[in-house]
Amino acid sequence: MIEVSNLSRFYGRFCAVDDVSFSISDGEVVGFLGRNGAGKSTTLKVLAGLLTPSSGTVVVDGVDMTDAPTGFRQRIGFLPETPPLYDDMTVRDFLSYVGSLRGMSAGDLPRRIDEVARKTDIADRLDQLISELSHGYRKRVGIAQAILHRPKLVILDEPISGLDPAQIREMRRVIRALAQESTVLISSHNLHEISATCDRILVLRKGALVREPDGAQDPVAPTIGGLAGGPARHHVALTLRGDGPAIEQHLKDSALVEGQSLKVGPELVLAYVLMHEDRVEELVEGLVRAGFGVRRVEDGLSTQLEDVFLDLTAEAK
Amino acid sequence: MNAVLTVARRELGNYLNSWWGWVVLALVLLFDGLAFNVWAVGFSPKYSAEVLESFFEASTVTVLIAGVLLAMPTIARETSSGTMTLLQTSPITEAQVIAGKYLGALGFLSLIKGLTLYMPLMIELNGKVSWGHIGAGYLGLFALGAATIAIGIYASSVSRYQMLAAILGGSLVGLFLLMWLVSRGAEPPLKDVFGYMAMYDRHFQPFMRGRINTESLVYYASVSFGFLLLATRSLKARRWM
Repeated sequence: MIEVSNLSRFYGRFCAVDDVSFSISDGEVVGFLGRNGAGKSTTLKVLAGLLTPSSGTVVVDGVDMTDAPTGFRQRIGFLPETPPLYDDMTVRDFLSYVGSLRGMSAGDLPRRIDEVARKTDIADRLDQLISELSHGYRKRVGIAQAILHRPKLVILDEPISGLDPAQIREMRRVIRALAQESTVLISSHNLHEISATCDRILVLRKGALVREPDGAQDPVAPTIGGLAGGPARHHVALTLRGDGPAIEQHLKDSALVEGQSLKVGPELVLAYVLMHEDRVEELVEGLVRAGFGVRRVEDGLSTQLEDVFLDLTAEAK
Repeated sequence: MNAVLTVARRELGNYLNSWWGWVVLALVLLFDGLAFNVWAVGFSPKYSAEVLESFFEASTVTVLIAGVLLAMPTIARETSSGTMTLLQTSPITEAQVIAGKYLGALGFLSLIKGLTLYMPLMIELNGKVSWGHIGAGYLGLFALGAATIAIGIYASSVSRYQMLAAILGGSLVGLFLLMWLVSRGAEPPLKDVFGYMAMYDRHFQPFMRGRINTESLVYYASVSFGFLLLATRSLKARRWM
């Protein structure tokens, strides 16, 4: 439904986005990952219709961005990192204004405002001035304006930045709910957040898409592409003391283990383990009984993702 | 057209709901009131038409200053606060944004100037004024204000900060006002060109004397259209920057 082909964007002679191509299906929640300066924000701004691409095409729901710019923007909802809000307006007035700008009918607007207010959990703040809202509520109003006109693609730039843990949890729920009526594209520096929220991840390095995991052929696919598949508790990262090959053999023999990946250091062994079930205690007990030292047990999903992220975004040597 | 009106309503509401709009309104009414009493009516006997002419002459000062001040925040405020993103990602064109901002600012300036109407009507108490003279004078003020606001909106579209927009807008308006001075020192045909470009001297004076000058209306409309077009281009260029 969203087709990005050979997208490039230059600032003068500097290439911020370099020949990026990808596609996203309906209802997917896709994460956009990259280090600072990787071209994430520029790509999102182009997709939001804020910037014109230097070359390439972006098609959403069959509408090309350059052929029909206003029709294209009608299909996009965009929340920049700092929500674009008018402090002097109440939330309701603000949403009415945004709805009118986007051509929504006066009859549909009040009902839709109530609907998005429930969805983003701001129903009790509708008549409050935006200047009086907390950071978390401002983000939610920002999301409400982005989804108000039922866009096909919702783009959220760093939606959880500056939120406290409780707000992050709530925001995660809100984002997942968005996928029921739109495709969602999220950029975030928070790797754990990406892993918890997204179906799929696109990684940018120096303006170019590193790779789009698309199945078994891709060596990283089980790590990134499979994030949405298994709940995080089935992945565990173990820091162990012992002989690398012996640990590898032990894990291979264990009935609890579905797959493993080892990094053997001079003193310690880092083992990523994919388990059939959430039976981490039994796995650790088995390792201790076999005489291996267990130094650390972590949520393997975010640890492994961070590792992959650093690998993918590292400078080519 | 709906999008233009939506932006215009928001702009107008912004003036009415902010201290800024009310300060500009109060200062214009105060200055115009003082100018009417001290400058227009004065302390020596005058014909009613002379009083009215002096009133419109003095009113140009507030139209020019208020025009720049009202146009100053239109785009620059949205840019600095980040809300320009909202307009630029909405399914409306840059021309609609500029037109909406223009109508909102011009509407508020018209409202302010409309509130000064009681002054020329007061001349009726001790004299006789023609409705045609009043109408022509206000039409001239409206046209002058329309051109000033268009220049101010252009300045606001190329500035990130409101103060910078005011300085740039004021300078451009000042330049157009001083064209008559430039024309004095120039040789033909530049003399005629500069003379035609002068915003006040040649084009406003007929209105304050009660004459509707079509050529001047075309001039003010051209200046307004030209600067609004530049402002639209300036917004469009942001998508390439």
